[in-house]
Amino acid sequence: MIYVELFFAFLQIGAFSFGGGYAAMPLIQQQVVNQYHWMTMADFTDLITISQMTPGPIAINAATFVGNQVAGFQGALVATLACVLPSCIFVTALAWLYTKYKNLTTMQGILIALRPAVVAMIATAGFLILIPAFFLNQSVSFQAGNFQIRPVLYFVGAMILLRKWKMDPVLVMVLCGVAEVIWQSAAAVL
Amino acid sequence: MEQKSRKEILKKLFFSTLYLSAFTFGGGYVIVTLLKNKFVDELHWIDEAEMMDLVAIAQSSPGAIAVNGAIVVGYKLAGFPGILFAILGAIIPPVVILTVISYFYAAFKSNFIIQALLKGMRAGVGAVILSVVWDMGSSVVKLKDTLLLVIMVAAFIANYFYDVNVIYIILLVAAIGAVRTIWRERRKGNTK
Repeated sequence: MIYVELFFAFLQIGAFSFGGGYAAMPLIQQQVVNQYHWMTMADFTDLITISQMTPGPIAINAATFVGNQVAGFQGALVATLACVLPSCIFVTALAWLYTKYKNLTTMQGILIALRPAVVAMIATAGFLILIPAFFLNQSVSFQAGNFQIRPVLYFVGAMILLRKWKMDPVLVMVLCGVAEVIWQSAAAVL
Repeated sequence: MEQKSRKEILKKLFFSTLYLSAFTFGGGYVIVTLLKNKFVDELHWIDEAEMMDLVAIAQSSPGAIAVNGAIVVGYKLAGFPGILFAILGAIIPPVVILTVISYFYAAFKSNFIIQALLKGMRAGVGAVILSVVWDMGSSVVKLKDTLLLVIMVAAFIANYFYDVNVIYIILLVAAIGAVRTIWRERRKGNTK
C-alpha cells in the first residue's frame, strides 16, 4: 500500500534528521532513492536544486514533491504530515521536560556528538550527486566518453564563486545551469 | 501584556508563520530569527530569555528547524490548537509551491533548455553542498575534540564506502553522545 510506505518513509525522515537544513538530505536520499526507488539520483539532485530555489525546508519540499509524483496530491499530504509528526511529538515532549527540569544537558551532549556525523553524511550525499555528474557510467575512471570535463569546470568555478567571492548559492547554481545551456545551444548551432 | 482573545492569537500565529514560510529563503535559522522579531520584539507576547530556550528546544528536536520553531511558539502561546495553526501556516507555502512544480516537472524535464539548465546546476548544487560541508566541518575541527573527529571520519567511511543506513549511524552516535554527557556530569558531581 503506497500511502503506508510514504507515511513510514517520511516519518523516519522527520524523526531522524537532527540539525536542520541539509541534515535531512542524506535521510531523504536513503529512503526515496535507495530503499523505495521512487526517484533516480538525478531526479533527487533536481529536487535538492529546486529546494534551494524555493522557500521552505528541504524535507517538507521533498515530502510534497515525492508524494505528488508517487501517489498524487493525497500522497503529498500523507508524506508531508508524516514528516512533521515527529517534530510535533519531540518538540512538545522536550518543551514539557524543559519546563519541568530546566535542563537540556544530555540532549545538547547528544547534539554535539551528532554534529560531525551529520557533516559526514552530508558530505556523502554531496559526493553521490557529484560522481554521476562527473562520470557518465558512475564509476570513477578517466576514459574518454566517461569523464565529463564541463561539470568539473562548473564545479571548480562554483567553488571559487562560493568560497572566494561569497556569492549567493542560488545565483551560483543558476550560473552553472546557464553555462551549460549556452554550451549546448552553441554546440547545436555549430 | 494585554489580554488577548484566543481567536486573535491563533489568527496571528497562522498568518505570521504563513508569511514567514512563504517569503523566507535561506533556511530554518533565518525563520527562527524572524519569529523572534515578530513575537518578542514586535508583539511582546514572549520574553527574550524564554524565546532563547524555545529556540534551543526547536534546534534540539529532529525535523526542519522552521517547522520546529513554529511548533514551540504555537505551543507556548496557545497549547495544542496553537501547534496546529502554526504548523498549517508553516507548511502550506512549500506544499503549494512544490505541488505546482511537481505537476510541471515531467513536461519541464523533456524541454531541451530546462534539461541543460538542470544538468549544469547539478555540478553547482554539488559545490554548494560541499561548501556547506567545508564550513560545518571546520567548525567541528576547531573544537579540537578527538572523539568528534573520530566520529566524523568513521561516519563518512561507514556511510560512503560501506553504505551503512544513516539511521543506524545517527542512533549509534546519539548513544555515544548521551553516554559521554552522563559520564561527564557524574564525574563533575563526584569531584565537587
